[in-house]
This record gives sequence, C-alpha cells and structure tokens, in this order.
Amino acid sequence: MALPVSPSAPAPAPLSAAARAEAAEREEIEIDVLLEAVWRRYGFDFRQYARGSLRRRLWRRTDLEGLASLSGLQERLLHDPACMERLLLDLSINVTAMFRDPGFHRALRTTVVPLLRTYPFVRIWNAGCSTGEETYSLAILLAEEGLYDRTRIYATDINATVLSQARAGVFPLEKMQEYTANYVAAGGTRSFSEYYTAGYDGARFDGALTANVVFAQHNLVADHSFNEFHLIVCRNVLIYFDTPLQARVHDCFFESLVRFGVLGLGPKESVAFTPHQHEYEAIDATERLYRKSVPRRRGAASAASPA
Amino acid sequence: MSCRLITVGSSWGGVEAVTAVISSLSPRTAAAVAIAQHRGPQRSALASLLTRQTPWTVEEAEDKAPIEPGRAYLAPPGYHLLVETDRVALSTEGPVSYSRPSVDVLFESAAAAYGPRAVGVVLTGSNRDGADGLAAIARRGGVAVVQDPATAARRAMPAAALAAVPHALVLPLEAIGAKLTELCPPSAAVA
Repeated sequence: MALPVSPSAPAPAPLSAAARAEAAEREEIEIDVLLEAVWRRYGFDFRQYARGSLRRRLWRRTDLEGLASLSGLQERLLHDPACMERLLLDLSINVTAMFRDPGFHRALRTTVVPLLRTYPFVRIWNAGCSTGEETYSLAILLAEEGLYDRTRIYATDINATVLSQARAGVFPLEKMQEYTANYVAAGGTRSFSEYYTAGYDGARFDGALTANVVFAQHNLVADHSFNEFHLIVCRNVLIYFDTPLQARVHDCFFESLVRFGVLGLGPKESVAFTPHQHEYEAIDATERLYRKSVPRRRGAASAASPA
Repeated sequence: MSCRLITVGSSWGGVEAVTAVISSLSPRTAAAVAIAQHRGPQRSALASLLTRQTPWTVEEAEDKAPIEPGRAYLAPPGYHLLVETDRVALSTEGPVSYSRPSVDVLFESAAAAYGPRAVGVVLTGSNRDGADGLAAIARRGGVAVVQDPATAARRAMPAAALAAVPHALVLPLEAIGAKLTELCPPSAAVA
C-alpha cells in the first residue's frame, strides 16, 4: 500500500464543489420522492423520520435488494408489496431487551408503582413495543408488585410482524443469561427462570403474563390516542422522528395521560426539547421518568409541591 | 469553506488520543465536535473524564440536542450518534463493524448533513470502522484527517482509513488539534 508522500499532498479532485452539491441534492430528492411514493401507495408515513438513520436504512435495503440507487428502490417498492414489507421491518425493528437499563425498571418499581397503587384500575400504554421484550418486563414487574391483576397494558407497534412475535412470547434461549442479570439488577424478587419454559424453539414465556395485555397495531405518526393512561412507556422510539413529529407525538402522550400520569422515556430522551417541558416534573431525572403536573409559575418552584 | 462540525472516531487507545486532540483544539472554534469512541453498553463516566482532562465540556449526546459551536457531543453507550443539519440524533439500530456507537455511522451522517463543512478525524483502533465514513466525508468535499498510524496505539483503524482515503491529511497525534483549530478558526477570526 502506498502511503501519501507528504501530509500536504494535494487531493485529487474528481468532482467539483458544484458537482458534489448537486449529487447531495439529488440524493435528498430521491429520498423525498421515495417516501412520498411509500406514503401514497401504502399509507406509511416516514417523511418526518430523522434523516440520518433513515438514509442508512434505505441504502442498506437498496444494497440487500441488489439495487444500485434509491430511485431503483423506489421503483421496486411501488410495484412489489413484499419489498415494502421488508423495508417496514428494516425501519421498525430496533434493539430491545428484557429489563433493558435495569435502573429504569428499578425506578419504575420503587417510584412509579406506589403511584399506580392509588388507582383502582391501571391502564398502561407501551408505545412502540417492537417484539415485546419491554411489555413482558412490565408484566413481570407488575405481577411481582401485586398490581398486574388490575392492570391492562396496551402494547402497540406500527409493524404487524413484530406484534405477532410479541404475542407468541418466544425469545432466544441464548438471551436468557443477559435477561436474568438485568432482571436481578432491576430488583426482581423471584427467580427469572420461573417465567419461561425452555423449548426447542426458544424460551417460551408464561401465557399468564399476557392475559391482561392487548397487542394492537398503532401508528404513532398518523393515529390518535385511543384511551386515557396512568403510565406511558415509550423508549427509544421517538429518537427516529424529527423534532416537529416528536412534538406532535408528545402532544398525543400529554393528552392521553391522566393528571399526574407518568411518562417513561429512553435514557437519552427527555421532555426538554418538546412543547410540554414545563408541564411535566421529573420524578427521576436520571431514569427519564416524568409526571404530568400543573404548570408551576416561574419563581414559585420551591413553595408548592408536596412531592 | 470553513468547517462547522468536527467528527472524531476512535477505538482501542482512543480515550488518550481524543484527550490529546481536543486538548490542543481551542473551544472557541466556530465548529462543534462529535465523538464516536467505541465503548461497551454500560453507563460510564467517560464524558466527565474528558471534561476534566480537556478545556472542553464534553456532554453525552441527548437526542435532538441543538448543535452549537464550542460544544462537544459524545456518543452514549449503546447508541449510534448521528447528526442532522442542526441537531444530534441517536439510534439503536444494530451494531456496525461490531460497534455501537460506530464511527462510520457518525461520519456518514456528517457527510450528508454538513458536506464540505464537515471534518472527519480517524484515530487509533484495531478494526476498520471509520474508513467508509471518512471516504463519504471526502466524497462530499469535507476534510479527511487520519492519525499517523506510526503514532497510534493500534494502527489498524487509521491504516484502513488511509487505504480508503489515500489523500487524507496524515498527522502525528500531537499535531492534529492545532490543524483542526486552523481548519475551523474562531468565528471572529473568520470575519
């Protein structure tokens, strides 16, 4: 391999600045047109997804389809619903785990469960539940706290394929060691292995855990709220949306929460950059747990609030 | 064209290398800094460590935080760090080159969002993450900088970046910060 002779060796310039700008603009147009086509043809609206991650996934799908350009992908998407299914999976499957971020689940148990106990019946929305690991974690936690019998969890995702995986409740056996460690760190009070049976196809979770779970297809981008909730858990979902879309979904969450209802977000998400930041108070700022509260007047912060 | 965003990618031996680079980069620069240092998924004190040891306040990136000159954003454990035109963004999509955060993911997003106003810096590491991303930055007219493999704790990563971008600026570790200050001078000096 030939190393450059000197650090200041002139760069070969295959493209002029203008040609580069044009190429960049062309790619943006291709993405816009593709997203418009997907929306009009299939009704899935990815136009307000954060561009960086979206661009990566579109190019990845383009490569996997053996195509050379985003325009090529757009053509196939328009004509082949199976290709759309594959793209939908690319865009909706995200890394998830049971009791992911044990600190969050420990805080749910110690800080949020006492609040939920004050209601005769508890409604929880697990928005963007993906393949269900988070939903099962919630169910286990509530069962151990004696709350599950009077709780209903609405677990929703945009993608029907991941929802059917979530309903099946079968997870890879090789994950159980990690999940057990998470469960223990999250303050689990029993033995994690009590919740599943090891089978040839994986770890099959106790059907009782989903007795009070409603799995349903719901599109955060287009659909409205469908109930009033005491707790909404939506972790690492909104990061894929741009700021205006995030604001709209936060409107939906805010309106769906009862007064003093709790919103649980991912470890790097907060209400800080949303229109409702002053209408929540952090009940655990580190674990991103926020409680809907009446807005407090500036300067009166220390006086009120018995919390 | 003056630069607006300096992206830094590093792996094995990277904490010392990043410390050295941003220690000699003026926080008064007109650019922001985004750092993808390979790390495990556990929470750690890396951001406060870098803040203590350098003139920069290094923050673990919060999703959609505005990108402002003089601020340094570190990829959080378990997330890819990306940039949009004026905000950082995070992603939990699968590891790239076995890494999350991945340097390629950060660099490619910088190339798309900042074009000729992006700088990519590949430091020490023992894999080839960052090579494709650096090529993307160069292709969009940004500046490619590679730590001289001879001065790297692990040479594989800068060597792979050089193979991908043969015309990149190759600098010993201790010269990179000063070069970046020159590429991205404080805004007053630009006017």
